[in-house]
Amino acid sequence: MSTTLFDKVWDSHVVRKIKDGPDVLFIDRHLIHEVTSPVAFLGLKSRKNAVLFSERTFATADHNTPTINQHLPVEDPLSANQLKALEENSAEWGISHWGLGHQQNGIVHVVGPEYGITLPGATIVCGDSHTSTHGAFGAIAFGIGTSEVEMVLSSQCIMQPKPKKMRINVNGTLGFGVTPKDVALFIISKLTTSGATGYFVEYAGDVFRNMTMEGRMTVCNLSIEMGARGGLIAPDEKTFEYVKGRQFAPKGADWNTAMDYWKTLSTDEDATFDKELTFSASEIEPMITYGTNPGMGTGISQNIPKAEDVEGGVATYKKSLDYMGFAEGETMIGKPVDYVFIGSCTNGRIEDFRAFASIVKGRKKANNITAWLVPGSHIVEAKIKEEGLLDIFHEAGFVLREPGCSACLAMNDDKVPAGKVAVSTSNRNFEGRQGPGSRTLLASPLVAAATAVTGVVTDPRTLL
Amino acid sequence: MAYDKFEILKSTAVPLPIENVDTDQIIPARFLKATERTGFGDNLFRDWRYNSDNTPKEQFVFNNPIYKGKILVGGRNFGSGSSREHAAWAVYDYGFRCVVSSFFADIFRGNCLNIGVLPVQVSAEFLDKIFKAIESNPETELEIDLPKQTITILASGEQESFEINSYKKDNMINGFDDIDYLTKMKNEITSFAETRPF
Ligand code: SF4
Repeated sequence: MSTTLFDKVWDSHVVRKIKDGPDVLFIDRHLIHEVTSPVAFLGLKSRKNAVLFSERTFATADHNTPTINQHLPVEDPLSANQLKALEENSAEWGISHWGLGHQQNGIVHVVGPEYGITLPGATIVCGDSHTSTHGAFGAIAFGIGTSEVEMVLSSQCIMQPKPKKMRINVNGTLGFGVTPKDVALFIISKLTTSGATGYFVEYAGDVFRNMTMEGRMTVCNLSIEMGARGGLIAPDEKTFEYVKGRQFAPKGADWNTAMDYWKTLSTDEDATFDKELTFSASEIEPMITYGTNPGMGTGISQNIPKAEDVEGGVATYKKSLDYMGFAEGETMIGKPVDYVFIGSCTNGRIEDFRAFASIVKGRKKANNITAWLVPGSHIVEAKIKEEGLLDIFHEAGFVLREPGCSACLAMNDDKVPAGKVAVSTSNRNFEGRQGPGSRTLLASPLVAAATAVTGVVTDPRTLL
Repeated sequence: MAYDKFEILKSTAVPLPIENVDTDQIIPARFLKATERTGFGDNLFRDWRYNSDNTPKEQFVFNNPIYKGKILVGGRNFGSGSSREHAAWAVYDYGFRCVVSSFFADIFRGNCLNIGVLPVQVSAEFLDKIFKAIESNPETELEIDLPKQTITILASGEQESFEINSYKKDNMINGFDDIDYLTKMKNEITSFAETRPF
């Protein structure tokens, strides 16, 4: 029988099928961080359970860590307490722990791939919804709740009903200044934030084939924003090339065995999906969001849609625009901006900083802009320096901060003040996401860079 | 037993007729710094409930004493966004045992079921009826009958059935959770692990 990539990976991890219930799914790799794991460890203890396979769990601190002066003690006592809990729990159970200041520390979904924890054909979970990022390698990867973190710690399994399958094809060649982030925001704007709820998405077509691994990670990362549990892309030579030689990747004979298996990981030609959508690359331009969910996005040269032209409730739509301080029918270009954030597991990799540099090079940061440049990991930070990007940033008036989630969810001090507008390369523009009362416009690193040097929302194609 | 058993719940309900209510509204990220599971109810819908100086926003439904009960009724696509189970904890800790909507985000729904909050998905029409019934009389009671899988507006007798798989239903009725189930499978899991290539 012909099957999809998703079926192949999922079915090979089912330990037990429960009639009219979920599958018991074996988890190859489990990533944890300081915010969603402490209560799971408490639960483990109170039930007198033990960690079953400590070598399959990896801990990094990222969500509430400061992005300056990381060598100093963390000031906020609550954050410090969570970091300590992660360290102590990891030590108690023999879990490898990359705390603040550790050379391998960084955003969980950035360091996973960098160290070869992320592998094709694996099941990967983490208590963070953007775990979908790892799907870029042909893994089944998704976010879980804290109860499930406890399940994985104590049994290396979770219980999940098998999602339905959707394939999204994008064919053709992306236009000038159009990046993977734009492809993802475009798809979400078409599907809305609930359009893929209940599904696991496979991305197919030349646009994804031609993308770098970084670009694929950006796309898979945003799968959750259309409601999908996750998204994945069949592994190919680019994937294998990326994984080879990384610290936790298979080596020697194991590598060859793994490769034999990984090469079987694609959707059979006549396999069917519960839903299939096809878009053309030529429809996509640089995107920007104007509302309070990631589905409220538009091509940057378009106007904010009228309430009657959007699906869903008019009252909810108006409430959202009110919050943003925007009106129906307005153009986004030229809107004043106060903050620019480049970073997060969506766009905090080296390619994103290269894109940012390509525009700010030889220009100056606009005076009205506060900019936060936050690398996803120490590896990214080191590359920025090696490749001379840091000099470009400094000359243009930007400073580089230290790795972490930062203003993606604003649990640390990197908070956008109430009423201020931020162009952000992260993944969510919910009310208050980047600080109470903050207003977020999601966009690509190119749009962020163009905005950072002009001080207003700017089409990057005019500066490239 | 992981949480209270759930069989039949009869209660008034708190209406929140807003669509796409996301987890950042249910519990803003800055309240995720605890290392324990208690006290999240105070910060449920924090920024909708309180001004920045911590005075209550009077127009928000939680601050209107005529609306109360163990059932929260939300608009379509409730719980979208992050995987933070803290959102479900906050709903539970505030005193809700059931959330009704015409559509739920996946992870939020799963998190609710894992901690003993029952997500009840109804048709858009029925959701509308519930909102209207509460609007005309805030004392309107709803009855959720889990064994029969029905939700009823008691005053009018209007009823709809809802879906839940039989495994989760048994868990909710008995107060069991997945961890209880998985712990019993340890040997089976350990042998399975040996067959994994990495
Ligand atoms: S950068 Fe944002 S989305 Fe990514 S792991 Fe951190 S908080 Fe989650």
